[in-house]
Amino acid sequence: MSYQVPKFRHPDLPLNDLGYTKADYEGTISTLCAGCGHDSISGSIVRACHELSIEPHKIAKLSGIGCSSKTPAYFLGKSHGFNSVHGRMPSVVTGAALANRDLVYLGVSGDGDTASIGMGQFAHVARRNLNMVYIVMNNGCYGLTKGQDSATADRGSASKKGDPNIYSAIDLCGTALQMGATFVARSFSGDKEQLLPLIKAAMSHRGFAFIDIISPCVTFNNNQQSTKSYEFVREHSEATGTIDFVPMHKEITAKYQPGSSHEVTMHDGSSVRLYKADDSLNPFDRRSAITALEDHRYSGSILTGLMYINEDSRDLHEVLETSQKPLNQLDETDLCPGNKMLMNINASLR
Amino acid sequence: MRRIESVNDFVIKFANVNGTGSASANNLFAKALFRMGIPVSPKNIFPSNIQGLPTWYEVRVNDKGYLGRRGGIDIALSVNPQSMAQDIREVLPGGYFIYDDTKPLDLRLWRDDITIVGLPLSRLCNENYDDPRQRQLFKNVIYVGALAALLDIDFKVLTGLLEDQFKGKKNLVLPNTHALELGYHYAQANIACPLGIRVEKSDKVGDKILLDGNTALGLGALYGGATVAAWYPITPSTSVVDAFEKYAKRVRIDPGTGRRNYAIVQAEDELSAIGMVIGASWNGARSFTATSGPGISLMSEFLGLAYFAEIPTVLFNVQRAGPSTGMPTRTQQSDILACAYASHGDTKQVLLFPSTPKECFDFGALSFDLAERLQTPIILMTDLDLGMNDNMSEPLAWDDARKYDRGKVMTAQQLEDGMEFGRYLDVDGDAICYRTYPGTHPTKGAFFTRGTSRNEYAVYTEKGEEYEANMLRLLRKWDTINEHVPAPITVDCGRQTDTAVLYFGTSEESSLEALDYLAAEGIYLNAMRVRAFPFNYEVQEYIERHKEVFVVEQNRDAQLRTLLMAEFEFGPDKLKSVLCFDGTPISARNIGKQIKKHLKGDNVLPLHRNVNLVRAGESL
Repeated sequence: MSYQVPKFRHPDLPLNDLGYTKADYEGTISTLCAGCGHDSISGSIVRACHELSIEPHKIAKLSGIGCSSKTPAYFLGKSHGFNSVHGRMPSVVTGAALANRDLVYLGVSGDGDTASIGMGQFAHVARRNLNMVYIVMNNGCYGLTKGQDSATADRGSASKKGDPNIYSAIDLCGTALQMGATFVARSFSGDKEQLLPLIKAAMSHRGFAFIDIISPCVTFNNNQQSTKSYEFVREHSEATGTIDFVPMHKEITAKYQPGSSHEVTMHDGSSVRLYKADDSLNPFDRRSAITALEDHRYSGSILTGLMYINEDSRDLHEVLETSQKPLNQLDETDLCPGNKMLMNINASLR
Repeated sequence: MRRIESVNDFVIKFANVNGTGSASANNLFAKALFRMGIPVSPKNIFPSNIQGLPTWYEVRVNDKGYLGRRGGIDIALSVNPQSMAQDIREVLPGGYFIYDDTKPLDLRLWRDDITIVGLPLSRLCNENYDDPRQRQLFKNVIYVGALAALLDIDFKVLTGLLEDQFKGKKNLVLPNTHALELGYHYAQANIACPLGIRVEKSDKVGDKILLDGNTALGLGALYGGATVAAWYPITPSTSVVDAFEKYAKRVRIDPGTGRRNYAIVQAEDELSAIGMVIGASWNGARSFTATSGPGISLMSEFLGLAYFAEIPTVLFNVQRAGPSTGMPTRTQQSDILACAYASHGDTKQVLLFPSTPKECFDFGALSFDLAERLQTPIILMTDLDLGMNDNMSEPLAWDDARKYDRGKVMTAQQLEDGMEFGRYLDVDGDAICYRTYPGTHPTKGAFFTRGTSRNEYAVYTEKGEEYEANMLRLLRKWDTINEHVPAPITVDCGRQTDTAVLYFGTSEESSLEALDYLAAEGIYLNAMRVRAFPFNYEVQEYIERHKEVFVVEQNRDAQLRTLLMAEFEFGPDKLKSVLCFDGTPISARNIGKQIKKHLKGDNVLPLHRNVNLVRAGESL
């Protein structure tokens, strides 16, 4: 069942540039377990869309199957949603995005949905550089079927069941980088300060923006032996640095130390400001990002933050040279060549 | 020996090596006869291979307009030593075997009951060309030239075709014309021309065209307004999207901006291809995919989603011989049940059965109207025989006043005016509900699409009565669909009979021809061609009216018959099977023979239901 959120709101809730309150971006009440990391991510998505002043109905939210894929019901209630087939969200978004290039496409998936059954589609949607945000709510286990290890569970990590995982883990950020994603980040559901600007930056990016968000499963994988527990992730995270998202036309008021930051202008005119914690990572260089990931894996820490960004890439619509007017708005006059051409074709077939 | 003698009535089979450029020469031959006004029916019989294996091209020439496979070879033209033993064996007594006698015929293959004609093709090539590639290519053109003399083909028609094919480019037309002349003159000077079999100008073609079904489907999608094509390469469907792309490049690129009014994505697999189609259709674009058997298996999960979530989906299935990889370059109609009930749970999918290129075009375009009107997958069932062979067809036509039927889509204005929106709310009583495109209205009309059960307002539910009500509505929708799909076509034999034959798709031509043969023997049957599933009520009534109905189909398990029995609850004694599944198109002689076998032993109940089958290789 879906339960509606009560409509009552404080009359002085802040409005965004379009005059919407945050409540206009909320969905139905979550039916996930209390304390689930996924709900925090849903909250950040709501805040990001509100603060970015995206019209709620101009976003399409799509997902596969699993706990994570249920969340689109819990945010953006005025947006069309599509809870598709297990592991196949990328193909459905690809078709949807081809049909109408004017919407923002937000894909939500889980580690089972992406790293196992959906690995092929994940790889290929990244490779095509589809203009979308792809969020993985990564808890290292299959929640809906009661806690089996997933392909992102670290070797040796054990869920509540207690058996250590015997296989090596797939690092989805590494995969995304290898496959050609043009925006790659990792974050933690328990770190809103880092997550919020990352989601905003991903939504402003033109091309395939991937965020792997570690999001502990409080019911099956939040125990001491797990490397995807709140405690473990808090203790072992190392951020690439911090980032600020500055919307278009907003004055930058914060003070920055010169020389330690980069500013990236996004296609929509907004900008992302990065403060690097570590000089060894160059987020504009894919090789550097891959090396940083490997270094952190070797040292047993979890690299979070923005790892790679390329604002000069061509997305799928650019590569295919599709019309600026969305394909779903074309009609007979644009599409049908008429009988005269058919007569010519007939003549050539005699 | 009695030579076969005929005018405009024979079967010729070319035996070639795959990848040697024989296809265009053989095509030149068939098209020349077509331009002389003689009905032709060419069939490619090719291996799953790119280069080196035997490949055949069988052309039926028939002034009466019979276009199905006849069975039996009157003339074999052999340029492939690999298959020579088989090729010469296949020639009917009194027929003709034409071969490259640069190397003398193995005497063990010699037959006294046929006419053996030698053409020194390799020698002529070696004498006239230095480049090995040219020797190979022009060898094919030389034998077409020789056939012009041997069969009395109008030479001017051949050269006219070359002019058209190469658009008057002299550097291409002249050497090809020269090669034709080499063959022609050799035959004229050394062989008694024409043979007992020959052609003469006729007027049996009218304004018909020669076109393959896959190209017609690509054009159907283009005219039907498809903008998103997603596919994964698979024989024999690949040329559907190729054709769509070829014509889209001509007419769908904005001359001002260079931007395309279409998008084609070669997906990573068939699962992804159908997912893209569903995503695009959900978002209001007309979208399609084309595939074959193995692709259907992979797409089945998504087809269930599209059925249950009611998303318009267009899928062209060019069938080939299964199961599994089966015979990927041979034809069959064996995906009927897999498609009719595609996906797990209770599903029923709409099938269309075209039988000519014209119908491929018409049904191809119609699929998009039907998918959007009925909000469900439309699976168009063609096959390799129709899809990859040039078929004689009525010309294509389009009514310029025609508007696309976009179905029930609620607009922003309707929502603003307060029209009630429930995605699965049946407001008109036809069990088809309004949908909205994403992004329509800031506060109204958004809904959540899902493959899980939901109520009329698209809200998740696990209440049994709500689930059941939705499933029953989908069954009521099936009745609405019944009124929209193409109706069957009947042929009345004009005599009193309680026996009929029922067929679909590419079995039409052979079935009609078989009925003529049977009528000549005093056996009269009515005929019905089924063109869609759900079967129209007319089909039920027709079968009920006849005591016995022969169901002709190209698969082992009598799948259409099974479907008829399941949908209408007919007993097995009412419907008799006429089957062919050896990978070649069913022939008229085969159909006639199977029907006669049944009729003779009518009162005997066969122990095995396929006991009357005429097997591949069995004499017809």
